[in-house]
Amino acid sequence: MRTCWESFEAYAFRALGREFGERLLPRGLDITFCDQVFLIGSGLIWNVYFAAVAIAIGFGLAVAVAMARFSENPWLSRAAAMFIFVFRGSPLFIQFFFFYSAFVLLPRSGIDIPLGFITLTVDTSASTTAQVGGVLVLVLNTTAYSAELFYGALQSIPKGDLEAADAYGMRGWTKFRRVIFPNMLRLSWPSYTNEAIFLTHSTTLVFLSAFPARQQVGEAFYYARYFVDQTFNPFVAYPLVAAYFVALTLLIVGGYGLVGRHLNRHLPQRSRARFRFRPQYIR
Amino acid sequence: MFGFCSDPSILDGFNWFACYLTSATHLDFYGAFLLVMVLLAVTAPAALGMGMLGALALRSRFWPFQGFGKIYVNIVRGVPDIVFFLFVPIALGQGIEWLLHQARCPDWTEPIRQGTDFLVCPEAKLPPNGSPQWMYTTYSFGMAVLAFALVFGAFVANTLHGAMQAVPHAQVETAEAYGMTRAQAFRRVVLPQMWVYALPGLSNIWQILIKATPLLFLLGLQDIVYWARELGGQKTSIFSYPHPDWRMWYFLALLVFYLFLTWASERVFAWLGRRLSHGQATAAGERQRRAAA
Repeated sequence: MRTCWESFEAYAFRALGREFGERLLPRGLDITFCDQVFLIGSGLIWNVYFAAVAIAIGFGLAVAVAMARFSENPWLSRAAAMFIFVFRGSPLFIQFFFFYSAFVLLPRSGIDIPLGFITLTVDTSASTTAQVGGVLVLVLNTTAYSAELFYGALQSIPKGDLEAADAYGMRGWTKFRRVIFPNMLRLSWPSYTNEAIFLTHSTTLVFLSAFPARQQVGEAFYYARYFVDQTFNPFVAYPLVAAYFVALTLLIVGGYGLVGRHLNRHLPQRSRARFRFRPQYIR
Repeated sequence: MFGFCSDPSILDGFNWFACYLTSATHLDFYGAFLLVMVLLAVTAPAALGMGMLGALALRSRFWPFQGFGKIYVNIVRGVPDIVFFLFVPIALGQGIEWLLHQARCPDWTEPIRQGTDFLVCPEAKLPPNGSPQWMYTTYSFGMAVLAFALVFGAFVANTLHGAMQAVPHAQVETAEAYGMTRAQAFRRVVLPQMWVYALPGLSNIWQILIKATPLLFLLGLQDIVYWARELGGQKTSIFSYPHPDWRMWYFLALLVFYLFLTWASERVFAWLGRRLSHGQATAAGERQRRAAA
């Protein structure tokens, strides 16, 4: 039987690949409690990666989609509404399956896009991996959910603030940067915190559905399921992964809380929008 | 299905598709859509009942009930959903078998957890050994419904509890001034009026419930996801209907199915909202009153 330190060495970074620990995962009776703690913990690396990349890219896209949805051009607004409806109205689980089976059909050698004098080759072989293709689905999904939140916030920007901006002669980009964007962010921040939390939770779906875990490189819940399959005992691995996610959730709440304080720093205490934990698990 | 389907290899174009889409496996696939609808139809009332019990427990003045309600609602809402969906059926199954084991085989000496196995005596197996296939399917479907009802019951309990408190307090006081007991005031004043306040929350939970149904696949049931993968995969010429990898199209169909469900339920809830707002002391109710006057 391994000691705890040995399992740490063997599995604490196993989720990064075979080279970063034991080649094979522990099996059957050989599984110790420490194995479960460290291997599931190492899977969290990928949960954080999926969530961080998706949120970082999705944030910028969501602002653009929300502005499009809010615009007075009916075609632009309708297209944005359609995008939001498609990704919010269908299960993320099915979206993963759909995009994976679409990515599989892409030619392995890449797609050539002729740009007149130069031909751009888009490498498509990576899109069937969770690290690229899975993230792409998560980006699209979080873009839709966040855009809906930002759109709601855009609608409730105080009229007086916009009039003040006009009175100062602000237009276009300056007005957006100084008045619209900060207000939008401030108003939507409590719900955006929830979005970040549940996007992080939904990263557990990546390997659950279509995307394969090559070389048994997976996220925390993938390993938890592996252990339950091996030991047929759900009372250790699942509570462990739940505890990890509760910790991750608290970290997000803390971090977003700091940003929220910064966004509201000019307001008196009472009129600040507070964060409320609103579970919206299944996407 | 059709007469001309007896030899698929000579068919082409429209006829090929007509036969392909009505083959026996495809009929199972369409049946799986029915399974989703049945799951929704069974789970929604179950979750509503569970939520009502939870909300009543939260409201109770008897502290053990209240404490139980709080623990139930907060634990379920605080743990990632997917963990719950996989945990509840296994844990519940093992729990029931363990209880049966204790009751039916008191003189069984071997330990139940032997290494990686969970062994109970044959009399405690659920469903009993040698049961027909449909018993197994029903059993796992029942477990799925229970897991869904437990999780969504907690969400519903929270919403209903909020809705009960949103009914204007003056009305409850009026009822009590007329000499109604607490229970009577609840039945006659709170219960009929709370729904308009609960509706936005319930509609939200319903949308989440719809989107949770593909998780049936994870519980080993032959649901639409299972069939989409099965039928869409590449079929070589040893099959009667060979085709390349069509999974993308099958999942597109599922996507459209879910979008339709979402769209239709949005419409139904908007209609319900209009109906329930009728005569209510809310902004929407006031607007209806003015329009009619």
